[in-house]
Parts: sequence; structure tokens; C-alpha cells
Amino acid sequence: MRRVAEAGQRGEKVRSDCWVRVEPRSGGGLDLHVTTKVEAMYGDAVRATCRRTLDALGVEGAVVTVEDQGALDFVIVARIETAVNRAGPGNGRTFLPEPGPGFQARTTRERFRRSRLYLPGNEPRFFLNAALHGPDGIILDLEDAVAPQEKDAARLLVRNTLRVVDFGPAERMVRINQGERGLEDVDAVVPQNVHMILIPKVESAEQVQAVDARAENARKEAGLPQPCLLMPIIESPLGCFSALAIATASPNIVALTIGLEDYTAHLGAERTAEGRESVWARQVIVNAARAAGITPIDTIFSDVSDVEGLRRSALEAKSLGFEGKGCIHPRQVPVVNSAFAPTPEEIEKARRIVLAFEEAGRRGLGVVSLGSKMIDPPIVKRALRTVELAEALALLPKDWRTKEG
Amino acid sequence: MDGKSGSVELQANALDRPVPMMVNGKPQVPYRGVHGYRATGCKAAPPIPSAADYPQDGDKRVRSLREALEACGLEDGMTLSTHHHFRDGDLIANLLLDVCAEMGKKDLMWFPSASFPCHAPVIGHMERGIVHHIEGSMNGPLGDYCTDGKMRGLGVLRSHGGRWQAIQDGEVHVDIAVIAAPCADLFGNANGVHGPAACGSLYFALADSMYADRVIVVTDHLVPFPAIPWQIQGNHVDFVVTVDKVGDPGKIVSGTTQITKSPDRLLLAELVARFVRDAGILRDGFSFQAGAGGTALAFAIFLKEMMKQAGVKARFIRGGSTKYLVEMLNEGLADYILDGQTFDLDGVVSMRDNPRHVASSPFTSYNYHGKGFFGSLVDVVVLGATEVDVHFNANVVTHSDGRLLHGIGGWQNCLFAGCTILAVPAVRDRIPVIVDEVTTLTGPGELIDVIVTERGIAINPRRHDLREAVRGTDLPVRDIRDIQKEVEQVCGGKPRSPRRSGQVVAAVKWVDGTVLDSVWKVER
Repeated sequence: MRRVAEAGQRGEKVRSDCWVRVEPRSGGGLDLHVTTKVEAMYGDAVRATCRRTLDALGVEGAVVTVEDQGALDFVIVARIETAVNRAGPGNGRTFLPEPGPGFQARTTRERFRRSRLYLPGNEPRFFLNAALHGPDGIILDLEDAVAPQEKDAARLLVRNTLRVVDFGPAERMVRINQGERGLEDVDAVVPQNVHMILIPKVESAEQVQAVDARAENARKEAGLPQPCLLMPIIESPLGCFSALAIATASPNIVALTIGLEDYTAHLGAERTAEGRESVWARQVIVNAARAAGITPIDTIFSDVSDVEGLRRSALEAKSLGFEGKGCIHPRQVPVVNSAFAPTPEEIEKARRIVLAFEEAGRRGLGVVSLGSKMIDPPIVKRALRTVELAEALALLPKDWRTKEG
Repeated sequence: MDGKSGSVELQANALDRPVPMMVNGKPQVPYRGVHGYRATGCKAAPPIPSAADYPQDGDKRVRSLREALEACGLEDGMTLSTHHHFRDGDLIANLLLDVCAEMGKKDLMWFPSASFPCHAPVIGHMERGIVHHIEGSMNGPLGDYCTDGKMRGLGVLRSHGGRWQAIQDGEVHVDIAVIAAPCADLFGNANGVHGPAACGSLYFALADSMYADRVIVVTDHLVPFPAIPWQIQGNHVDFVVTVDKVGDPGKIVSGTTQITKSPDRLLLAELVARFVRDAGILRDGFSFQAGAGGTALAFAIFLKEMMKQAGVKARFIRGGSTKYLVEMLNEGLADYILDGQTFDLDGVVSMRDNPRHVASSPFTSYNYHGKGFFGSLVDVVVLGATEVDVHFNANVVTHSDGRLLHGIGGWQNCLFAGCTILAVPAVRDRIPVIVDEVTTLTGPGELIDVIVTERGIAINPRRHDLREAVRGTDLPVRDIRDIQKEVEQVCGGKPRSPRRSGQVVAAVKWVDGTVLDSVWKVER
């Protein structure tokens, strides 16, 4: 360590974060000063965490100041590590907090992905309760939501968050940065059991393949059994014209989505609520995704206060063929989830197909038929998915088969 | 008065909390259970006045507050009361104590119905010996002054209903009540609905006006007789003083009426509303109370939508009122608002103009030493708390570290509702809300029915009926210990219990005047 460095957020208004200052010195040992808002309940615990972290990082000669505003341990650890790294060339050591109860969570290719909730990667106060709002996926964002000078801090915080915070049934996602920095993000987060990487501003299959190769490498080294799934985000006209190549660039891609803020800027058009300027692009995404056999997912709706606008936008997306939408505020999640929920007519149709499918299975028939009509396998698959979704949303009782006799 | 609470004898009450047997020179009864104590004897009464001693023309004006205090016979050691309808915009309590200081008085007891950050100058008066101690809610700098052990007497924290009870029972004898009035006439009739400092009701000062030896009304808006409505009746009033300004209108009705934007709090509020609906409490003719906090307001808005969907109407809503409750009244979703205080201008205007928006006193709503009180007729109340324990006991007066945070307000009195719900975030910046034992017991668990957190709903095992009512719904009902365990896992283990010093600095009263718990000096 060579220079004085700081990390984290400071001040009375800061919540669930802390501020760390590291002042290297030769000789004199380690001098730790901790003040914490939770002194009465966790003062000793906070000091112990600081000591353990500094010890693991091999910090010996320094004055370290920590001002804590109720940060959880994994946040304190990340902030200290960031400050120590910033203090200049380190010994390469790192300190990973103990994994929490949600660390082993698994995902499947086929799960539904109606809502994905973006969380700024450097704002710890949003992490703890994010899953309680019921999103299908939680995205820890390292890209646009993080200021350039905080990229290093966000990467460590997101890494620790993935280890410790329980996201329940939500899919664990990270949006990485562009280019080389994004690949370094992959190295840092993939070993922490990330289910899906969102790749921003994709314009070519090669971009996806570079991330895929790096992610495969990282997850194998970490001994993780499942490949890391991918969702490319197309955000430019060039990306739209390469959409099919992008969608088919890797077998690990499960969904394709679009970012309209950048796209409309590229077009030189204003982004409007009704979205006429982007109809073509969105249809390209849907078609490319369907052609590749993956899920098309719509962009975000940026006016957080306009619930009705969000509902209309989600229903319109569904009518175009999208199966989900991004959320930038937790209160958008239930609106999006319900908009992408199947309608009573869809549920009834799917229910009958599933019953016919199961009946065919019991009789050992290779062909599923409903009345005089033969049902193709993709339609059965879709019906199973609709029923699964309907059950998950309590639109269909779990015992609907027996109820119907 | 004994200044050293360290030497006061303590005794464990019915909930095993050590409480002082003597408070500010007066013997105390330790808490005996929710309904465990019966007071005896008669209510207090002020001296009998004669109209002959008051002006025939009804003009009770004197030139200044000082003149009024002199005429009232202000002496060292007296008890002076004020009300808190102006909240943080109050100018009169500070003026009163400044005048007392000018007059060279000592050892007064200030008996506000609540104190606010604007009352921080009282610390100076305590330092200089003008004020001996405060009996009333204390927070911010005043709260710290008390929990640092600097106040000479013990603080006494009472609910709004408990304050009426204490005055009525003679437990606190008010020598001089000073009532700041947004509108008054020269006879002393006064109300809070007119004038530049309009605040709605004046009923937190009603008991003071009825039971104090002497009553002074201070106004900045004098109208010819009669000042209508006469919330405070001039027949109780000795003197009327006019000043330029009684309060800062911007601070009287603002700040508490923002609906929360926090997604976690909104989730909490929605869960509470769903519980009220799914438990079958939301039905035609029901009644509810929701306070002015952001979560409570959001609850009212969710509930409103559910009421519309279900096509039901409330018989009455218990305020603190805000524009959201006023809208419900005006849209025909409730027959009445019974209102203890108005939190915004819409509330004030509605109370002034709408006969169905009724100002209610702590006597009608909350006083336990009455022949009933309508707080127990409310079907459901939604309240907050700083801590709850696994036995459903709750704390509203201190932080987890034992420092005074806020007053009891109507909180204790509201616990008698048909269903008492505490809406609390399970974690606040690493501080778990569910603990093994609350730092300061403010409400006994047997009156607290449901604790709603963003991580699940805990129903008091005593309330089989509520458990049955929500069985089979998709509400996340959980054991309180499960939620506690989950949160402790998140926060990094069980929190350390607060270190309790040996010195009592304040007593928390129950609604019947018994002592429910002690507040202890906090060592820094």
C-alpha cells in the first residue's frame, strides 16, 4: 500500500453503507477506529469484522477509519477491500465472506422471466429486501447504474452480495460492463453462482462468445455444475440487424432483450410513451429470439410513478410476443408480473392440452390429441409453461387436476 | 423534590420490570396487568370561582403574559402546562418559560402534552434551575438531556389518555395552564379552526382548562364574542393575552403527511391492508385508525382501494386526519372522522367546515378512568413501534440503545381496539425490530394482536380467531420467532442486549396511572 485511500459512502443520511479510510504507514502496526450507528447492538461485531477483514487482507501497517451507518458485514468487508486495493499495489489477497443460505440456489433454462429488477450495483441498501417484492430475476447492475470511478467498488460489493444475500426464488443476474472491463466483471462474479449474465450493447455474435468463453472458464474453475446463462441486450440499429446471429451465438443464451434509451438515441428519434419509433426493433427482437428458440424480453418502462402507463406498456409488449419486462423500481414488479400472467382463456386452453398430454402419456401414446386435433410438441410445451405460471400466480389451484375430476 | 433517582426504591411490576415506587415525590403503584388496577376516591377539582370576581363585560384581557402570570400568582415550584397542537411550530411554550425566567422563578415543572425539537431551549431553563423537570414526551435534544441523567426530577411519559387520567385523578395538579389558541374571544372561548395558526382541535388542552387552578389563553387572532366553536370554554379561563404570533403555520401542519416512497414500506402497508381485508375486518360499517406516518398513510390508500372494490363503507375513521382521510369522508367511504388532531391543512379545513369531521378530546377517545372510551370501539388500528419482542410486547419510546425517541401519544390507548396491528420493518439498517425483550416496555403483548413486517405476518397466539380468519389465504403468516431468526441471520447474529445503568431517569405510565416500565440513564 502506498497512498491514502477511501471507499464507501459517508454522512448522516447514508443508510446501510459505511465509509472506510486507509492510511498506510510503515511501522506502528494497525490502528483501527470504528464508529457505528449500531454500537449498542452490534458495535463489537462490527469491530471484529473489520479486524478479521484487515487481517485476511494482510494489512499490517495502517491507520484505518470506519464510519458505519448500519452496513451489514458483507458490505463492510467489500468497502474495506476496496479501500485497501485503492491504497495501491496490494498483495493480491482477497477476503470472501461466508456464503449465506441462498448461495446454492439453482435456476433452469425454462423458468419464467416476466420481471427482472435492476439494482444499482453500488447501493447496498437496496439489496436485502429486493426479493421480497417478487421479481423473477434480480439484476445487480455494474454498468450504467454505477459511476465510472466506483466500478471497482461495485464489483466487490456485487461479488459479496451474491455470496451472502438470499434472493429466494429470484434468478441471480449481473449486468456486466462493456469490453475488457466486462470480462473482468465476469471473472469476479461468475464464481459466486451467478445464474445469468446480461451483456450490454451487443452488436455482434463475437461479443457474446467472448463473454461466454470467459464465463465457462470461470465457472469450471469454480467447480460450478451449471453453465452461466446469458441474455444479450441489443441497444443499436447495428445490433438489430445482427439479432439472429447474436441470439444464436451460444447455447447458453436463454433470452434476448432490447435497451431503448440507447437505441432511440442511435436512431435520432425521441423515445415516446407509445413507442412507435421502436416497433420495428422490438419486433426484430421477438422474431430473432423465437427463431433461435429463446425468450424475447422487453425493455424497461422509465416513468416509475406512472403505474397505468406501465401496465399498458407491459400488455402491449405481451401482445407483440414478449414474455417479460425490465423493472427499475420494486413497485413495478407486481404490475409487470400480473400483466404477463396468462388470461383465463389462455389458462383454460393450456389446461385442456396438458390433460390430453398426460392422458396420452398414461396410455403410452406417442401423439397428443385434443378432440380430433393433433397437438404439436411445442404447443404442449407452451401449455405446460402456461399452467406452471398460472399455478405459481395462484390463478389455477395446485390441485386443479383432481378438482376437475 | 428528590433529584437523585439513583436512590429511588425499585419494585418489579406484573411484567417483571423494575419500576420506581416514588416519582418526583409522589408514591407510585407498579403495573398490575392490563385491567389489574382499580382507582378509588374522587376526581380532582379546581377551586370554586365566582363570576363576581371576573369582568361583567367578559373582557378578560391583560396586557402581557407576564401580567397574566403575576395575576395568577405564579410561584417557585409550580406546575405549568401547555399543549402540542402546534407541534414543531409552537412559539408559546418557549415564550412562557422565558417569561418565567425573567420573573426569576425557579424549580417549575413543565407539563406539556408533548414536546418537539423546537422546545430545545427548555434545556437552558433546566440548566439554570428555572425548570426542575418535564413530565411529558421528550425526544431529540430534550430526550438526550433526560437519558443522559441531567434532569433533576424524573421524566414521566404518559399516553394522551393517560395525561387526561393523571390530571383528572389529581396525580398531576396543574397550577397554571397556558393555552395557545389560533382563535379566541375576549371571554376566553377558543378554538383551533380559525386564524393564521389554525391547527384544528385544541382538545389536548381541554383537561388543563377544566382542572387547572388558573387558565390563560394566548392568541394572535382575537374575534368578537363568541369564538365558535368554543372548543375551550371561556368559563374556565382567567385571562386572555394577545401576541403577534402563537405559532409557525408552516411547521404546524406539515412534514408528517408524505406518503412513503420507500418500496419496502409500501410493501408493508399493502400487506397490512391485505390482512385487514382477508381477516374479514374490512366490512360495511367497520372503523379504523391510521396515524400520520408514511406507512400508515399508505395503508389508508391501499385500504381505500380495497373498500371501493368490496363496495363497503366505514362508519367512522379515527384520525389524526390528513387529506387522504378527508378524501375518503368526502367520497362517501366513511360517515364520520373522529379526530384527535389534524396533520395537514385539508384536515383543518374539513374539521372547520364539515359537521361529520368531529374533533374529539382525549376524554371521549382515550381516558381509561372514564365510563368507557371509544378507542376500544375501533375495529382495527395500525401503529408503529421501534421494537417488539417475541411475546408481542412493544416499545415506542426509546431507541434500541435506550435513548428517548418519542412520546407515547395515543399509542397505548389505541391498543384497546378490536385488532391492533403493528406495522414495522423487520430490519432497519442492521437493527432487528424483533428482539428477545424490548428495551422499554410501552405496550403489553396481550393487547398487540398482529405484527406485520415485510418478511411476514406474526399473529399473537392469543388471537385464535384472527389465525383462523386468515387460514387458507396467501398472506405470509409466520411464527414471530421464525422472522426473528431470519433477521438475526441477516444482521450477523443476536444483537447484544443494551447495557442498563442503575439509574432510572423516567417512568413510563400505563393508561391507569400505574408504572409500566423505567427508562434508564444511558452511559455514553
